[in-house]
Amino acid sequence: MTTDTFAESGADLELVGIHKRFPGFTAIEELNLTIPAGSFFALLGPSGCGKTTTLRLVAGLEAPTAGRILVGGTDVTNQKSFQRPVNTVFQSYALFPHMTVLENVAFGLRRRKMTDPLGKAHEVLRLVELDHLASRRPQQLSGGQQQRVALARAIVNRPALLLLDEPLGALDLKLRRQMQLELKTIQEDVGLTFLHVTHDQEEAMTMADTIAVMNKGRIEQMGAPQELYELPRTAFVANFLGQSNLFTGPVVSTTSAGVAVDVAGHKIVVPATRAHRTTGEITIGVRPEKLTLHSAKPIHDADVNVMGPGRVTDVSFSGVSTQYLVEVPGAGTLIVFAQNMTFGSDVKFGDGVWVSWGVGHGFGLDDDPADAPRFEADFDTRSIAAQRHLEGA
Amino acid sequence: MAFAAFSTTAAPTSSDSVKKKSPVALLLLLPGILYLVLFFLAPLVSLLLTSFKVPAEFGDIGEFSYAFRWENYTDVITAYWPHILRSFGYAITATFFALIISYPLAYFIGVKARRWPLLQSLALVMVVAPFFISFLLRTLAWKQIFADESFLVTSLKAVSLLAPDAHVTGTAFSVIFGLTYNFIPFMTLPLYTTLERLDVRYLEAGSDLYASPFHVFRKVTIPLSMPGIVAGTLLTFIPAAGDYINASREFLGGTGTQMMGNVIEANFLVLQNFPAGAALSIILMSAILVMVSIYVKKSGTEDLL
Repeated sequence: MTTDTFAESGADLELVGIHKRFPGFTAIEELNLTIPAGSFFALLGPSGCGKTTTLRLVAGLEAPTAGRILVGGTDVTNQKSFQRPVNTVFQSYALFPHMTVLENVAFGLRRRKMTDPLGKAHEVLRLVELDHLASRRPQQLSGGQQQRVALARAIVNRPALLLLDEPLGALDLKLRRQMQLELKTIQEDVGLTFLHVTHDQEEAMTMADTIAVMNKGRIEQMGAPQELYELPRTAFVANFLGQSNLFTGPVVSTTSAGVAVDVAGHKIVVPATRAHRTTGEITIGVRPEKLTLHSAKPIHDADVNVMGPGRVTDVSFSGVSTQYLVEVPGAGTLIVFAQNMTFGSDVKFGDGVWVSWGVGHGFGLDDDPADAPRFEADFDTRSIAAQRHLEGA
Repeated sequence: MAFAAFSTTAAPTSSDSVKKKSPVALLLLLPGILYLVLFFLAPLVSLLLTSFKVPAEFGDIGEFSYAFRWENYTDVITAYWPHILRSFGYAITATFFALIISYPLAYFIGVKARRWPLLQSLALVMVVAPFFISFLLRTLAWKQIFADESFLVTSLKAVSLLAPDAHVTGTAFSVIFGLTYNFIPFMTLPLYTTLERLDVRYLEAGSDLYASPFHVFRKVTIPLSMPGIVAGTLLTFIPAAGDYINASREFLGGTGTQMMGNVIEANFLVLQNFPAGAALSIILMSAILVMVSIYVKKSGTEDLL
């Protein structure tokens, strides 16, 4: 074996028509995905959606039933995992217990016959600020330290593509925030392509340039975090990435400015540019923090949608903001987030209120309303709590 | 003591075990201590004393009196050094072959068969099944199979794979074969228990870090299964070095294949030269102890890899 060289920069990852069937179920159906070189790409979805399988296919730990995988333009579908220019940070870290931290980090370099593996290992351990623990065994380190060793062990090889399989899942919240920032910094420093798999929507939004939301083996929507948040295409995305108030109703009029939808007698307008469908029965939505509560019916304004009167069924204080649940007859229960700008709250449980939002904040989904709104499993405790309230209401 | 040495490599965090001295603990230990003193320590001291005895003056054959005749040791070494070397040579060879045969078997049962628990338990039963039949009977059966007029040997002679006047029983081959065969379960079971707990995610991580299947096996699988390899080789090597059934003339051995166990047996039961038998036993025990401690020490530091 000749001595190997590091990848100069990150490489594109291309998945073409990937299918993966396991005995008894299909994990991935017709997946097409292109991740540009040097980007931080997040694959977001609930557990069982096929995101980890996708990662294992790219790493070469599973073989696709059909389709091709290309890294930097080279077809690697038939290559074994050890032949691929790809490294993984495993969810379990999988640090070798019989080796020191230093030997763990140098493992890949030794296998590729790199010059001075120990020197390079020390260098990358300094980057993750663990060089002083180089002679320890992995089991003598804390969870956060092990996570950083796992990261160091992968990035020391300068892979064209780095795969991260929920590597922050086992860490506590504070450490997770810190590691998210560190990961982002490292990615920018070394300029590698990162493919990050996670079910934590906040993590995906903070770190990634591009997010693909995956559900039931398919990609529901892909785009920049802001784009996905502002203009979700499906009810699943609208509810998995943050929370949404969704309404379904027939389109009553369409102008160049907007699409008007009748929701339980309220005329709700959505800008035509923000609606994926403009005819028939459609589902529209708005984010909870875009809503404003009024104790009296607001004066009519063409640029503002108003719903009400409704009744406040729950008030929960969460520090930065307060979450209100407002039940509007015919339209269901709305979630409203209000910044805590004043001491206490003006709105109490049981109050009659009106809810309003700027027309520009609404969005129209591409879903067939027949199966919308769907509220899929979500692991964010806040939305689970909200969901319980909705079900109880 | 040897086992304690290698168990520390697997579990280094046992320092915080019971530190309080409780009379109940001592009481519970008492039967065990008594048993060891009566049935291990006392016979060992007696054996050591016997090994220095001299023939009683005007005594009958088999009558000895206490003395300190250390020449007993040099005498038996001069007389039996080929047997001593042969014992360790055969035991090491048999241990090696048992390991070569058992490792893939244990790997298959412990790792590959995880998806089929029924197959796994069935395979384990098959490994243990020979224990249901007496070890002597099984060895005698092999003697039949390897006998000069057996189907196997006559067939081999018919196709000229064996010389017309060749024998299989009574050769080094048949003794080593018998030792290997009889100790395979002792090798397979400890290997299985470590391999069964082997986390395949480490293997995936190795593969992800550019290690070919061969390197993953050498750098990850073998080191992680080291406790099983050490336990299995000790459980095979120690009894094999002292074995006297396989090498005996009534079983698979011949005059040229006698091991230490056979000469110890002969000295005690036939020649009634108890000091010589005792000295040989002490030599066997010390040699095993020294070899095993070196081995365990090396395996702890991964020098054996």
